[in-house]
Amino acid sequence: MTSSDPHPHDGDSSQDPGTPVLEAQALRKYFPVRGGRGAVVHAVEDVDLRLHRGEVLALVGESGSGKSTIARLLAQLMPATEGRLLLHGSDATVRGRRAFRRYVRRVQMIFQDPFASLNPVHTVRYTLSRSLRIHRGRLRGPALEQALTELLDRVQLRPPERYVDAFPHELSGGQRQRVAIARALAAEPEVLLADEPISMLDVSIRLGILNLLQDLRTRLDIGILYITHDIASARYFADRTMVMYAGRVVETGDSEAVTQDPKHPYTQLLVRSAPDPDGMEDRALGARGEAPSLVTPPSGCRFHPRCPFAVDLCRTEVPPLLEVGAARTAACWGYAERADRPSLGSILETYGGHRAAAATSTPAGATAAGKDQR
Amino acid sequence: MSASTTSGTGRHADAAVREPVLEIKNLSVDYGFGQDPTHVLRQVSLTLNRGEVLGLAGESGCGKSTLAYAATRLLPPPGLITGGEVVLTDRSGERRDILTMSDAQLRASRWQDVAIVFQGAMNSLNPVFRIGRQIADAIAAHTPGIRKKQALDRAAELLDMVGISPDRLSAFPHQLSGGMRQRVMIAMALALEPQVLIMDEPTTALDVVMQRQIVEQIAELRERLGFSVVFITHDVSLLIEIADRIAIMYAGEIVEDAAAQDVYRRPRHPYSRGLLRSFPPLRGPRRELTGIAGSPPDLRLLPTGCTFTPRCGFSTPECSRIHPELGPTAFAGAEPDRRVACILHGDVGTLPPELAER
Ligand SMILES: Nc1ncnc2c1ncn2[C@@H]1O[C@H](COP(=O)(O)OP(=O)(O)OP(=O)(O)O)[C@@H](O)[C@H]1O
Ligand SMILES: Nc1ncnc2c1ncn2[C@@H]1O[C@H](COP(=O)(O)OP(=O)(O)O)[C@@H](O)[C@H]1O
Ligand code: SF4
Ligand SMILES: [Mg+2]
Ligand SMILES: [Mg+2]
Repeated sequence: MTSSDPHPHDGDSSQDPGTPVLEAQALRKYFPVRGGRGAVVHAVEDVDLRLHRGEVLALVGESGSGKSTIARLLAQLMPATEGRLLLHGSDATVRGRRAFRRYVRRVQMIFQDPFASLNPVHTVRYTLSRSLRIHRGRLRGPALEQALTELLDRVQLRPPERYVDAFPHELSGGQRQRVAIARALAAEPEVLLADEPISMLDVSIRLGILNLLQDLRTRLDIGILYITHDIASARYFADRTMVMYAGRVVETGDSEAVTQDPKHPYTQLLVRSAPDPDGMEDRALGARGEAPSLVTPPSGCRFHPRCPFAVDLCRTEVPPLLEVGAARTAACWGYAERADRPSLGSILETYGGHRAAAATSTPAGATAAGKDQR
Repeated sequence: MSASTTSGTGRHADAAVREPVLEIKNLSVDYGFGQDPTHVLRQVSLTLNRGEVLGLAGESGCGKSTLAYAATRLLPPPGLITGGEVVLTDRSGERRDILTMSDAQLRASRWQDVAIVFQGAMNSLNPVFRIGRQIADAIAAHTPGIRKKQALDRAAELLDMVGISPDRLSAFPHQLSGGMRQRVMIAMALALEPQVLIMDEPTTALDVVMQRQIVEQIAELRERLGFSVVFITHDVSLLIEIADRIAIMYAGEIVEDAAAQDVYRRPRHPYSRGLLRSFPPLRGPRRELTGIAGSPPDLRLLPTGCTFTPRCGFSTPECSRIHPELGPTAFAGAEPDRRVACILHGDVGTLPPELAER
């Protein structure tokens, strides 16, 4: 491996961690709507992102919020509508297959579905050898065997002999995901983009995969973008967390801070809605509404149709990411120094007395603004 | 599913009188005919009490849906019920075994007595019909002689009940979000005011904010209409919040059955404990968790003795020889309402402190 010195990790982002290994600036992606006469899905809007070596950055958000789109943009599996990609500080936008291959060596992706991402007709040996050959040139004989053994050992498929000649159908979901990770490691990447790597796996084996990724980032100093809809797993695994809502980043910061003291009203709603047997009193109850259409996203703050604190400003101007603490930002006007800003209350207090709210059955249609235009 | 988790009242497990409404006794199911069927459910016994929310948790493939289908006699081939009873006690106190009802009795009972919301049901709405018509058709199918207008009115009422504006009657399924479609399915299941509502992973495909809304809605409806609920999910942490009692399933058997808070604070089965430690907490100390070593077994190749043995951190040599039955815990006198299937709770060996929290 190119760099195997154990890098003592520290999550303190106030120290300057140097140039990010991967950086995205003002990333934007619009998808045309089929038969939509020029209409587009505003899937990702103005996303900035910095990932350092040896760091785990979580991207959290509900389904359709743009997480996978960001992963695919960062992997350069499709072109961005706008924005820049930097690898070690220099422009990394690839043109042509050679450049793409060089890029992929350093930035590898792991997909959600370990059943679909491995070819069922090939053995583990074939899959891994192929990846080794593509990324590390011609390995053969004992050198190849050695490399295969190392890879399987690294993803804790032990003893390697037991797995190397297996077909995907002979492996469990967790074992397949380990093979997929081994395939990515064959490239000796600096960055792993892991798009919901555990959500299709059995509950009891999910942490095993997260712990494995944790081990890889420490030992191999890999930067990991961990995409998830499960904010508790982001707290468990990631140093920093970015929360997305309807294609925009709404909050960033240290994972512990974001989950324990969420600043953006949406993050608050998310945290207070997640199952949490230890926090049953702190429930956001009686909330209504759902994510908006991205074809005609709400003006201003995209959360405003659901936000109990929204004022005119929220409906007209897009809130920028404002500083809300040490190395923390939130895109909510409530944190701006302006006279016309909304005054934020607590989501808990707003929704906490849920009985009254829940009893007057709010027509969900009234709050699901724009949903029907999908 | 006490809506008032805040106050902690509403928890029916504490109710003085326990009156069973659905008793599943020694239910066994095979998949596949012929020489070598897979014994997917083996002697499952489980009781749902009136007014209770019973959570059924376990990993993918452990047989949760099979149990729901079998108990309602909706199991499609090659599934075959090979034994057991499912006794329903109706509001007048009359007891009937669903498994031995005639087809006519079954048709009359289904949806009236026990209604089920299937896993992935929200994707089974017919895309070409308006939802009002689909609900009305379902009502008509179970209410002989009802007029079309009446059925539509009832459909509007039901939509309103689950928080969807009745003007959505004319919407097509694709015009509704996943959460709204799921609520339509719940509304349909409640059309005939059943005593028992079985919901198979009703919120799994939804985001947590929507999940919270649905779960609240169910709690509110349950309190208003007084039905009992079997809530199936792999998400134990959700069940701890919403269920009165939780049954944990592993490889086709119930391995633990106890009040929700007891399962959470004092798990008695090694698998329950492992499952709870597979969900990283949202607050409290951040510590390393391991999940459970190995992976769930192939039901065609079950180990002898306790099926959890190969993954169990507490197993003894006895475990692979003796098949543990679901029975009292080691503290039977102090906790008569709990059952566990682990030989460590019997005379064999000593109970490790991790499974003996008081
Ligand atoms: N039609 C079938 N033929 C053969 N085996 C089946 C069939 N349907 C289910 N099984 C098997 O029965 C077992 C239990 O399946 P079931 O669907 O009840 O699990 P579950 O607990 O509901 O899982 P999930 O959480 O994934 O919904 C599994 O091993 C499954 O592979
Ligand atoms: N290839 C595509 N064509 C059109 N729309 C797309 C495409 N991929 C994603 N989208 C849309 O972009 C939005 C974000 O999707 P996605 O990035 O997959 O979200 P997430 O991964 O957070 O669930 C959604 O509205 C989705 O429907
Ligand atoms: S207060 Fe305004 S800017 Fe802040 S989240 Fe609510 S709507 Fe958006
Ligand atoms: Mg995705
Ligand atoms: Mg199921």
